Amino acid sequence: MAALNDLGLDGSVSQVKTPDQISKLDGLIIPGGESTMMGQLSLVNGALKKVKEKIESGMPVFGICAGMILLSKNSKDRVVGKTEQPLLDLLDVEIERNSFGRQKDSFEAQISLEPIGISSFQGIFIRAPSVLNTGSGVETISKFNEKTVAVKQGNMIAAAFHPELTSDTSLHKYFVKMIQESKLK
Amino acid sequence: MIPLAGDIKNSEGRIDENMDSWEITRGTSTLKRGFAHMLKNGVVMDVTTVEQAQIAEDAGAVSVMVLDKLPSDVRKAGGVARTASIRVIQEIMDNVTIPVMAKCRIGHVYEAKVLAEANVDMIDESEVLTPADENHHIWKWDYTTPFVNGARSLAEALRRVEEGAAMIRTKGEPGTGNVAEAILHIKKVNDELRTIKAIFDSGDKQDLVKIARDFRVSYDLVKETAKIGRLPVVNFAAGGIATPADAAYLMSLGCDGIFVGSGIFKADDAKERARAVVLATTFWEDADAVKEAQKLINEKQSILGLDVKNLELKMQERGGSA
Repeated sequence: MAALNDLGLDGSVSQVKTPDQISKLDGLIIPGGESTMMGQLSLVNGALKKVKEKIESGMPVFGICAGMILLSKNSKDRVVGKTEQPLLDLLDVEIERNSFGRQKDSFEAQISLEPIGISSFQGIFIRAPSVLNTGSGVETISKFNEKTVAVKQGNMIAAAFHPELTSDTSLHKYFVKMIQESKLK
Repeated sequence: MIPLAGDIKNSEGRIDENMDSWEITRGTSTLKRGFAHMLKNGVVMDVTTVEQAQIAEDAGAVSVMVLDKLPSDVRKAGGVARTASIRVIQEIMDNVTIPVMAKCRIGHVYEAKVLAEANVDMIDESEVLTPADENHHIWKWDYTTPFVNGARSLAEALRRVEEGAAMIRTKGEPGTGNVAEAILHIKKVNDELRTIKAIFDSGDKQDLVKIARDFRVSYDLVKETAKIGRLPVVNFAAGGIATPADAAYLMSLGCDGIFVGSGIFKADDAKERARAVVLATTFWEDADAVKEAQKLINEKQSILGLDVKNLELKMQERGGSA
């Protein structure tokens, strides 16, 4: 919401849980949380299917942490290995879950997202995943210590860290601009 | 941006270090409170074995809490209830992808250190276990691992936040299958939040400092809490939740999520019930969805439950005055 205000834009932010609510959106942020639970629950009422349709028809989406996992084609846990969680199967990457360890290993670090014009950003990594492999259409937009932590592919952007926990709105503003551009098409 | 009221920036639990050539910081309030935010709208389930933890994960729990005995068995067994076996905790951590929490005794600094070293994702300084120190809680700022604490009132909640808790839950009355006390506690916290918000909005600082003194917490923490009109940390419901309808009602009272203890694995339909409580917690706004969740369970298989008035042991009173 702060990003919308800063840009002087009229818009609203709402929490969505049902296919009906999702069908009305111009853009979707899939937030952090537990991806296993999010995937399972969004299967229940058809929300997962609706989200997939909307993204395939061009709606911009921003996956954060668990949201990034949900968007991916492939994901495995660093300790437990291959899991059978439901995924959207759209973002052409392979994800390693809990890539930096457990909660005690969670960290903050100054990172940058140069390819999208953000030179400095406070990365909040909470039991964060990372991207192990990217497909040909995927652009790496941020790395931390040799690990890929943010990517972009067409109308999809995904980050392993949590911009919503900071007061920096630059990444959200970038996403709002993606939505504006998609509406012009 | 999440609220950071009461944060201590140079605490022992905050660690600046280098990871290869990168400067990083661990154990900040953003990381600890942020972790709790990732659990919002979810259900944390008490478990005692790997099998139960896997059932919880498959049902869609956001996290599991490892205990040696479920709260209702703690009641029956009597004696001293201590933290769970480290081997069981580690076995569970190796077999589920969701975060793993464990309980330590109130005030037991070294049970907490052991759990932190075992690398659990969050420590519950819990009244379900026998308190090690009735007069002092753990100074949680010394830990990089986040803590959750129980509270029956806003004063208790803010005292725990001042000690470094990154998350609060109602105490309710654990192991009873009786949700009445959890409802009482969340309503009391909500009432008190409304009151201090109104005082803040009126600009009456005399009254606000009086409240801080009554609560036995700092003026700043009361002021910052009053300003936002909610706890500065995530607040879950806990203690006596047994059915999907219990969970949905507590969500409607403004709880951020649900802890279920004995309610699931002391019921005879644990698998279905675990799923049903998760569904009701997520879709609580939709009465029809809660009904569908309630349909998954059989009341004849619910934990029998206890009348809270005649209990020999009131776990909620443990550590409450400190």
